[in-house]
Amino acid sequence: MARFTHALSTSAAWLLGLLWILPLLYAFWASTHPAEYATRFDLFAPLTGEHFVTAWNQAPFMRYMLNTVIITGLILTFQLILCTLAGYALARMPFRGRGLVFALVLLQLMVMPEILIVENYRTLSMIDLIDTHIGVGLPYMASAFGIFLLRQTFKTVPQELEDVARLEGCSRLGVLWKVYVPLAKPTYLAYGLVSISHHWNNFLWPLVVTNTESSRPLTVGMAIFGAPESGVDWPVICAGTLIAIGPLLAIFLLFQRRFVQSFMYAGLK
Amino acid sequence: MKRLSWLHAWLMLLPALAMLMAFTHIPALTTIWHSLFYPARGSEPEEFAGLDNYRMMLDDDVFWQALNNNLWYALVTVPASMVLALAMALWVNGKIRGRSALRLAYFTPTMLPMIAVANIWLFFYSPEIGLFNKVLGWFGVAGINWLGDTDWALPSLMLMTIWKEAGFFMIFYLAALQALDRDIYDAAALEGASRWYRFRRLTLPLLMPTTLFVLVNAVLNAFKLVDHLFILTKGGPNNASNLLLYYIYENAFSFFDANYAATLTVVLLAMLILLALLQFGVLERRIHYR
Repeated sequence: MARFTHALSTSAAWLLGLLWILPLLYAFWASTHPAEYATRFDLFAPLTGEHFVTAWNQAPFMRYMLNTVIITGLILTFQLILCTLAGYALARMPFRGRGLVFALVLLQLMVMPEILIVENYRTLSMIDLIDTHIGVGLPYMASAFGIFLLRQTFKTVPQELEDVARLEGCSRLGVLWKVYVPLAKPTYLAYGLVSISHHWNNFLWPLVVTNTESSRPLTVGMAIFGAPESGVDWPVICAGTLIAIGPLLAIFLLFQRRFVQSFMYAGLK
Repeated sequence: MKRLSWLHAWLMLLPALAMLMAFTHIPALTTIWHSLFYPARGSEPEEFAGLDNYRMMLDDDVFWQALNNNLWYALVTVPASMVLALAMALWVNGKIRGRSALRLAYFTPTMLPMIAVANIWLFFYSPEIGLFNKVLGWFGVAGINWLGDTDWALPSLMLMTIWKEAGFFMIFYLAALQALDRDIYDAAALEGASRWYRFRRLTLPLLMPTTLFVLVNAVLNAFKLVDHLFILTKGGPNNASNLLLYYIYENAFSFFDANYAATLTVVLLAMLILLALLQFGVLERRIHYR
């Protein structure tokens, strides 16, 4: 009986795993076989790379990818700087109103920039940053999640380390840079990976603020590319999808252990 | 030196705080302000409307439909993806063959952009050649017009959402499971407690803080994640699958009524703040196993 339930549970686990990976497997299948095999599964169907060529020529993927890399990089850079400074102040510098400030920061965990697209669009058109990389990045640059994560990490650093460094004549920023930042490396890695995958995949806000090829990220490009109105057929859409998710997917598969651990690490805090 | 410390603290907080204010706190307040005006016509300034936008909203069937859809959407996707996530975490945490491959399979949807995989799902759902109807055909069941039928459009969206979210929530359960103290389990095993008993009386209560955390995030996502609507249904047919945030987007950027969009945003904000109060006020106090 126990062995039977065990076998049943294992099969269920595998069935679910198969279902979960199915869309990706299907995309591989459809994009590497001639169009007539898109719905016919034949182990001996001939392979082809034509869909990738067609997809590549139909949309400026290089440009989109470059935009995505610039936007993601821009956001991450600012996030790391702003969250480090704020996280340290909230963890180790006593001042009046600290609790209130922390509560105000945490509010962003609930009221995310996605909800405020209408007002943020107003703000951006006021400062003339519509359709720019920096415009896509601005609402995300101060991240409550990052501040919270770094504050928790900095709090675990022994106060004595800071005191000694201060006695040796190190400035506050010096202590932060030489003592705290190196000790928080796992947190930075975890946060970095979570942030990159989030912004690489982000869609709604970039859709709202970009309107030309010069700033449009991959996700927005994909939505236009895949729209039924554009009249592209399935295998080509699949190929385009794979091109779009390829780089991130490759990095993820290479470092999957790191990724999973980072997500877990970020989730534990 | 000591006396300047508060000044330093504020200086270090300033950049982050200024950005948060500019893109979270102030917009949350101006939303309320803008919801009190009529949309601007041409170069004329916006005219004060009082509560007219709110009256319009109460009479707006699409608003009620989107709200209703969104509540059902949350009510189905949140528990379903959480239960699946817990099952996945238990499997991947136990001794199962091909553990890391399974973990990878479960987690992969999290890494893929919603908008890109929606293109693949669109094909699964397509009426004539779609994969789902093919599979149904093997069993002799007539195909369903998944995305074109008012009864099936919303469930189709839910299914994809569950697929996308479960693996993400699994991570949190997995992290919590790995941090559990093995000793209690050894003791329980000595006492002869059955597997099911141990799960119900030990694992589940010990995972309560994680469950709360995941629950709040899942509800948040149910209101913020609308990417797949752009590809799969565009809220249709006849608003059968419209969700609040998508309706806000439509009003602001398709119908060009930013003020009505602001009014709808106020409702969404109020719901999120209610959720926050519920989390910190009620739930947090009742769950203190640690």
